[in-house]
Amino acid sequence: MADDLLKSFRFRIEREARWRELEALVARAEKDGLRSLEAAELVRMPGLYRACMSSLSVARNLSFDANLRAYLESLCLRAYFVVYGVRTGFGQVIAAFLRRDFPQAVRSTWPAILLAAVLLVGGTATGWAIVAQEPAWFEAFVDPAMAQGRTPDATHEELTETIYRQPDAADQLMAFATFLFQNNARVGMLCFALGAAFGVPVVLLLCYNGLAIGAICAVFAGEGLTVEFLAWLSIHGTTELTAIVLCGGAGFHLAGAMISPGRRTRLTALRETGRTATTLVVGAVVMLFAAALLEGLGRQLITATSVRLGIGGAMLTLWVAYFAFSGRRGSADPVHHGD
Amino acid sequence: MATSPVLRSVLTPEGVPIEVELADHGARAGALLIDLLIIIGTLLIAGLVLEFAALLIPGVAIATLAILSFLLRCPFFMYFELRWRGQTPGKRVFKLRVVDRRGGALSPKAVAARNVTREVEVFMPVTLLLVPPAAEDLGGVDNLLIIAALVWLAVFALMPLFTRDRLRIGDMVAGTWVVRSEPVALLRDLTTDSPSRRYRFASADLDVYGIAELQVLERLLRQPNTQATLDTKKEVFERILDKIAWPDRKSLDRESFLNEYYAALRTHLEQRALFGDRRADKHEAPMRRRGPAH
Repeated sequence: MADDLLKSFRFRIEREARWRELEALVARAEKDGLRSLEAAELVRMPGLYRACMSSLSVARNLSFDANLRAYLESLCLRAYFVVYGVRTGFGQVIAAFLRRDFPQAVRSTWPAILLAAVLLVGGTATGWAIVAQEPAWFEAFVDPAMAQGRTPDATHEELTETIYRQPDAADQLMAFATFLFQNNARVGMLCFALGAAFGVPVVLLLCYNGLAIGAICAVFAGEGLTVEFLAWLSIHGTTELTAIVLCGGAGFHLAGAMISPGRRTRLTALRETGRTATTLVVGAVVMLFAAALLEGLGRQLITATSVRLGIGGAMLTLWVAYFAFSGRRGSADPVHHGD
Repeated sequence: MATSPVLRSVLTPEGVPIEVELADHGARAGALLIDLLIIIGTLLIAGLVLEFAALLIPGVAIATLAILSFLLRCPFFMYFELRWRGQTPGKRVFKLRVVDRRGGALSPKAVAARNVTREVEVFMPVTLLLVPPAAEDLGGVDNLLIIAALVWLAVFALMPLFTRDRLRIGDMVAGTWVVRSEPVALLRDLTTDSPSRRYRFASADLDVYGIAELQVLERLLRQPNTQATLDTKKEVFERILDKIAWPDRKSLDRESFLNEYYAALRTHLEQRALFGDRRADKHEAPMRRRGPAH
């Protein structure tokens, strides 16, 4: 009787037990996670998976049973997700990100980041110089919401007051929250400006930010409060501005891929640079979070100019050292092709 | 699901391509909706709790809620896509999964990339629409801003409709596809249904159809026998008889005839395929009209 059977049916009889076994394991792994499987079952899984893959490629040539084909396709796909799923835990991913991925991404895109830094610093210098010469320009560079009374018309006492003001706890929290949102939006804009507009908006945003900072600097400098203001700014500013520079760098990195994708298609180029750019942006968001904490708490509690400068300087040194040295020995993503 | 499935293949590290079906737009929108409802629901509950807490410490509630909503948005999607292998609660309901377009494991970087961009694609314009900045800060440009946010949202939300692989910006940046992954049950082999072999089909009787027709017949035979199915079977039965000019129609049992014709056709086509004559459908001529079929 066996000779009488269809080849594709004999194939199925021979292999079906293994498919069913894999199916049961996959179903359990999908429902309760890989941890619900016992050690012996985990050991069997890859072998069963490969057997099933080979069945699939045989079935594609041998069997015209549509249900069998669909079954094997779906089983292989499900097993593939279990076998090649993201294996690392959420915590490990975060740890690896901070220890390795983020600083590596910063190092690998340094030219783009340098360009962003130059634009921001250049903007600041320009804003400072222009407003110092002609205070009327202040209005053009700084919008009233950001200025909060720190205009060229303000008196020495008013300006001093903004540097040493001590709001109550609820206000601090609110300041923290709004800060988070404003910056978050800005980060979003920055990281996104790239692909669509080939980096032009990134240039504008960085310059505009620099001009505003420079203009405010000029106002304080005009009243002889340069050091006090820089101290006030630096306590969180070194962290925040570094983060913004990184976002700008991410934008330029992507824009570079869009402008000259080389032999790749633009979509491939976007994909290949996209992951590094997002690593930068995620890291920058973490930094902005730290900056918001420093601003919301540190700046209001610590009022001594020298301590403020010290903290600001220390943070900057810390970030630079971190980007320069962290994760140098770690290999690239072990589960994936290098990006 | 009304349109025909769009198929792509993912090359596994074993070198075997697996066929995947791209998720349709409705399912993806539905999945996003469920995830958003979960996030908003959590925020609402947190808001109620904070409302009571606010009686003790005024001014804290809104700020805490704002911070919480920031912490819930992107990390929510990232956490689940990492823990549940490319699924979020919404995707699980709609049986969707995120896969890497190049094959291989879905890397944490890809998960981060496709969800960080979500912030720009969805959350930023939505926040602008729901909580427009106070008008005095803007000097009357808020209408313009709302229109800009709407356009922004429309462009990015509709992006999957216009890209060939139904990619949203996040998928482009991360190099991912969203696919359907639904378990398919293995049903019995239809060739085992009527082992009696009452009818004999000549090679010419089997040369009239290809694989496409075979699988249409398979689908029909697997359907539960409702009145509609029976009607279709009658129609198909008669069409086959006409096509192969079967001499004696009176004594035939429709059900077993169809079953046996299916078994014979599949045997024939599979055999021919082994000899390199793979016939996609009836419009494709067989390689040799008169070959030794059995």
